[in-house]
Amino acid sequence: MPRVGVLALQGDVREHVSMLEGLDVDVVRVRHPEDLDTLDGLVLPGGESTTIAYLLNSSGIRPVLEEKITSGFSVMGTCAGLILLSSEILGGRSDQWCFGALDIAVRRNGYGRQIASFESPVNVAGVGTVPGVFIRAPKIERCADGVEVLATLDHGDGEHPVLVRHANVWGCAFHPELTQDSRVHQLFTDSL
Amino acid sequence: MLRGGVIMDVVNPEQAKIAEDSGAVAVMALERVPSDIRRDGGVARMSDPQMIKEIQSCVTIPVMAKARIGHFAEAQILQALDVDYIDESEVLTPADEENHIDKWGFTVPFVCGATNLGEALRRIGEGACLIRSKGEAGTGNVVEAVRHLRTINAQMRRLQTADAAEIFALAKDLQAPLPLVQEVAATGKLPVPLFCAGGISTPADASLVLQLGAETVFVGSGIFKSEDPVRMAKAIVEATTHFEDAHVVARVSTGLGEAMRGAETTSLEVRLAERGW
Repeated sequence: MPRVGVLALQGDVREHVSMLEGLDVDVVRVRHPEDLDTLDGLVLPGGESTTIAYLLNSSGIRPVLEEKITSGFSVMGTCAGLILLSSEILGGRSDQWCFGALDIAVRRNGYGRQIASFESPVNVAGVGTVPGVFIRAPKIERCADGVEVLATLDHGDGEHPVLVRHANVWGCAFHPELTQDSRVHQLFTDSL
Repeated sequence: MLRGGVIMDVVNPEQAKIAEDSGAVAVMALERVPSDIRRDGGVARMSDPQMIKEIQSCVTIPVMAKARIGHFAEAQILQALDVDYIDESEVLTPADEENHIDKWGFTVPFVCGATNLGEALRRIGEGACLIRSKGEAGTGNVVEAVRHLRTINAQMRRLQTADAAEIFALAKDLQAPLPLVQEVAATGKLPVPLFCAGGISTPADASLVLQLGAETVFVGSGIFKSEDPVRMAKAIVEATTHFEDAHVVARVSTGLGEAMRGAETTSLEVRLAERGW
């Protein structure tokens, strides 16, 4: 059975944990670098990307995780997690860092502030329609060649990718963990 | 996504930047922190939109603002300003002594204070999306927040042991909507996240209330009335993440300088937690 971690520094950790527990995996909450040791994959949850970025540094997880991702460790980021995995952050703070694991540019709060949050069905390649919950969601505005786009959404200003994958790195602009539908998580755990 | 974080009161853009740099998940924009409101007296109102806009423009995290209890016009203004959350707050002077705001009429989410389960469920019935303990704001004394969290938890446990027939009488005693009471009896938790506010002023306070079941903490006067606000802010953020790990909380608590002075709640002239009903 694969062992999957959930980065438990801030955000909707509990929802990811309970969704993964419904799949055939061992789930581990990750708060320290050594928690990463025996894992097959890691989920970076939604939350506040500036907060999680701060805590990745203060906990010492950042360099260890960076190294692991480079050597092929599987990660999936949702919402804030997607921002952290991206290679370029638009509309954020000028000093905000990211792992650069996915060659995409994301705009923080690209779909608007809290009040503009919305739900919309999302058609995922090979899976079908899943419910999409977009809360102050990041918008993927640039996607390099080689990044596989698994789902897009047109929220009134053209199609933008909302679920992408490049080899071992997955990024999702919405919050599959806030629904009852575990198929996006299943896609990730099946790849481990 | 505010779960598992720290929401900090800020009175100007400089403080808002410090809060964001220190890992806050949101800031509460207000003209005076609760301890100053308490000291100054007079009528405390919604903040000047100018000040809220300045803070919105300088941080990327959500910005909350307070409206007076029952003052739906202030709430309409805050919604028009695109604030991310409205706190219908007892820290400001209530505008209506009978009615809270009908929050279903708004698209912006509301957070409301509660001292017990009945009050929490009444606010949820009115459309609140988040509940926080009231605590006793501006005192630097966590005792009231602990009382409120323990009361809410104890009342939820009582509901879980009740049989179906007893729920009706318990709903009457709680003065809360029956369907919500039945839901809590079935699930053992509130239908919305439970946060903690009021008197949190050290990393240990944050760890305490998180261990008592709060998901996120509001820190008002506790940061910018302490000796070293940057260190205090970072320490409370780390203690909130690692609240179950006493070694981390010990490390971040070391050499922090003085916390805010604080007040004994039994000697207060005005008890803010008694506002709202």
